[in-house]
Amino acid sequence: MTAIIIYLAIVGSVVAVFLSRQRLLAKPWLEAGPEGVLPGTGPSTLAPATLALWIIIAVAGALFTLFISAWLMRRHMGHDWRHGLHLPHILWVTTAILAAGSIALHLAQRAAGEGPRGGMQAALAASWLLALLFLGGQALAWRAMIAAGQGVAASPDVSFFYLLTGVHALHVAGGMIALAAVTVGALRREPEAARDPLALCATYWHFLLVAWLVLFGLMLHG
Amino acid sequence: MTTASSPLNGFPDRVPPAEVEDVELYHAKSWITRWVFSQDAKIIGIQYATTATAIGLVALVLSWLMRLQLGFPGTFDFITPAEYYQFITMHGMIMVVYLLTALFLGGFGNYLIPLMVGARDMVFPYMNMLSYWIYLLAVLVLVASFFAPGGPTGAGWTLYPPQAILSGTPGGTGSGIILMLVSLILFIIGFTMGGLNYVITVLQARARGMTLMRMPLTVWGIFTATVMALLAFPALFVSAVMMLFDMLLGTSFFMPALVEMGELAKHEGGSPLLFQHLFWFFGHPEVYIVALPAFGIVSDLISVHARRNIFGYRMMVWAIVIIGALSFIVWAHHMYVSGMNPWFGFFFATTTLIIAVPTAIKVYNWLLTLWRGDIHLTVPMLFALAFIVTFVNGGLTGLFLGNVVVDVPLSDTMFVVAHFHMVMGVAPIFVIFGAIYHWYPKITGRMLNEAMGQIHFWVSFLGAYLIFFPMHYLGLIGVPRRYHELGPTSFIPESAATLNAFITIVALIVGAAQMLFLFNLAWSIRHGRPSGPNPWRAASLEWQTPETPPGHGNWGDTLPVVHRWAYDYNVPGAAEDFIPQTVPPSDTAATGEHR
Repeated sequence: MTAIIIYLAIVGSVVAVFLSRQRLLAKPWLEAGPEGVLPGTGPSTLAPATLALWIIIAVAGALFTLFISAWLMRRHMGHDWRHGLHLPHILWVTTAILAAGSIALHLAQRAAGEGPRGGMQAALAASWLLALLFLGGQALAWRAMIAAGQGVAASPDVSFFYLLTGVHALHVAGGMIALAAVTVGALRREPEAARDPLALCATYWHFLLVAWLVLFGLMLHG
Repeated sequence: MTTASSPLNGFPDRVPPAEVEDVELYHAKSWITRWVFSQDAKIIGIQYATTATAIGLVALVLSWLMRLQLGFPGTFDFITPAEYYQFITMHGMIMVVYLLTALFLGGFGNYLIPLMVGARDMVFPYMNMLSYWIYLLAVLVLVASFFAPGGPTGAGWTLYPPQAILSGTPGGTGSGIILMLVSLILFIIGFTMGGLNYVITVLQARARGMTLMRMPLTVWGIFTATVMALLAFPALFVSAVMMLFDMLLGTSFFMPALVEMGELAKHEGGSPLLFQHLFWFFGHPEVYIVALPAFGIVSDLISVHARRNIFGYRMMVWAIVIIGALSFIVWAHHMYVSGMNPWFGFFFATTTLIIAVPTAIKVYNWLLTLWRGDIHLTVPMLFALAFIVTFVNGGLTGLFLGNVVVDVPLSDTMFVVAHFHMVMGVAPIFVIFGAIYHWYPKITGRMLNEAMGQIHFWVSFLGAYLIFFPMHYLGLIGVPRRYHELGPTSFIPESAATLNAFITIVALIVGAAQMLFLFNLAWSIRHGRPSGPNPWRAASLEWQTPETPPGHGNWGDTLPVVHRWAYDYNVPGAAEDFIPQTVPPSDTAATGEHR
């Protein structure tokens, strides 16, 4: 459980820094007064949706970290752990696709803010294509594993391979639902209006990329 | 209070612009979107509470059946050992997850957070609605397992593998365990949607002047518990998913090589201990996910009904946060007898005992709030006081069980059952009752019937002690838990059976008193005494709404502005014995004396 404890310590430090700025030493029983007299103790200027995204990322991060913890513990607890998971090479390609998708969304977000409409649409179309390609590539990786006789119950690390890639793919799919809503909005309205939602999608995709790199690294070397 | 005596001298004497923008509310267009698929947090809160109570009644009936079997073994042929295990499992899981968690966070959280922080509604009303409907789906899936072939799972509420998915366990190979795991996964998804709302509403939708350190402790408790739940429930999610893999796909995450019904099972190498770590990494924070809202609510009830400001408000807030943080590093004290490294056990014994410090601070502060207070023994106050006594009782036996050497002989006895029912069953449920008696007037505009409330309280309070005190004794003399029937033993005296029968009779009576409570809830909607907007003369924001019950959007045309904390009771020099949070300092006859 070391991984999740470290993760929670990091989340906890962020919370502690936030709380430390909320005047936790205040003596509210002495401080009746006009509203907002204490600077910086009202709601932050962050948009609720932005805060929501970061909380979702924190929760999803905890989920991935727990799976990683389970992996690390299972490796030590069982006596049947076979080191050396043979991963299909297509995973390198899908990693690149995911990174490209992350960049494409970032560009779409930037184009929505400044450039002509066409720029955003192209970047958005590229993002969709890359997201679909990524999921397709992951499916091919599964097929390659099964074809190599590495079914889900073949060995514990293989089981984890399906579990981790599956959970990650579900998070990508969930992000695509949000991206669909944003896309519909972006095509209907002014591109400027889509900038903030696209920025959120881009942030989420960066998170998916980081999560994938950690999981992929674990599967390569763990 | 004059500016001269204020510690705020260092701050610029200005009123900054409104930091909270008024939000555009979703206005329901039809009866269905107003009352059924509602996006109003108050309705969603009531939906959560009603659903949780309904499934809680199922758990209550299951506890009766278990008690009948334990009190009068052999009398009720229809309760087989397999069914007894199913009753235990479903009773435990329903009470912990589907009732307590859902009621405190989904029920009270939804109803109270927006009202107490001065918001119009939750920040994401649509997601809030989805949260309830997914919760309802989770409950329905759980209920469906009662009708599944083979019945619900009988693995115990902790669902430990390997036995949870073996054929010797009721529901272990059929759909019972699958439905349970799927239901839990749904619950977690639904909760996460709601939890996101509770956290962001507290952080971003507070009224002007409502600093975090002016929030009522109820909000602090629910807020902290929600943050914990958002981070702890993923551990349950992970264990549920991995167990589904083991069961349906034949993987060996948790399943070791074993012989099942004379045949070698297909698994090998998995670790049941891994499941226990994951499960309790959720399971222990879960105790405080239930307890922290209870702590918060009790603080508010005591302050209002004793007409005293809460003693040590800052310390109370810090204690809530510290308890929340510590509860993530004590999980393995549930696993002393699991065969893990004993050194590990001593580490967790230490952290467990450290939690007693902030918890004891809270208890002292409650007592000091009561000290020389103007105590009104209303029904909510009675339940709040009963909570303190019961929580201390359960906490003290927690000191026994938190120590490895004491826990080992006691861990499989009724002592543990008595301990966690006192601390995690009876105590929070008393708070739920107290809270319902307290806020019912705000929700319906009418008071609950006092006479019925008093009967309900005294039967429940005395009954709980008559049930669980003897149960500690049974545990000490070695009566094991989880046994369908004791049978002849050399070390358990005959009198244990008599005591068991006594406990069963009291349990049935206490159960009947809950029917009176439900009747009171229904009866008072129509026939209760009209309460007016603020029957308890409370200072916190939810009692200052322009309408009672609060209308859609809570606050009429303008959002409230907060000028003080929620505990200005019996302020020297003030005209009344309470000053609502919305009253500016200039409007009270306060002289600037410090309390």
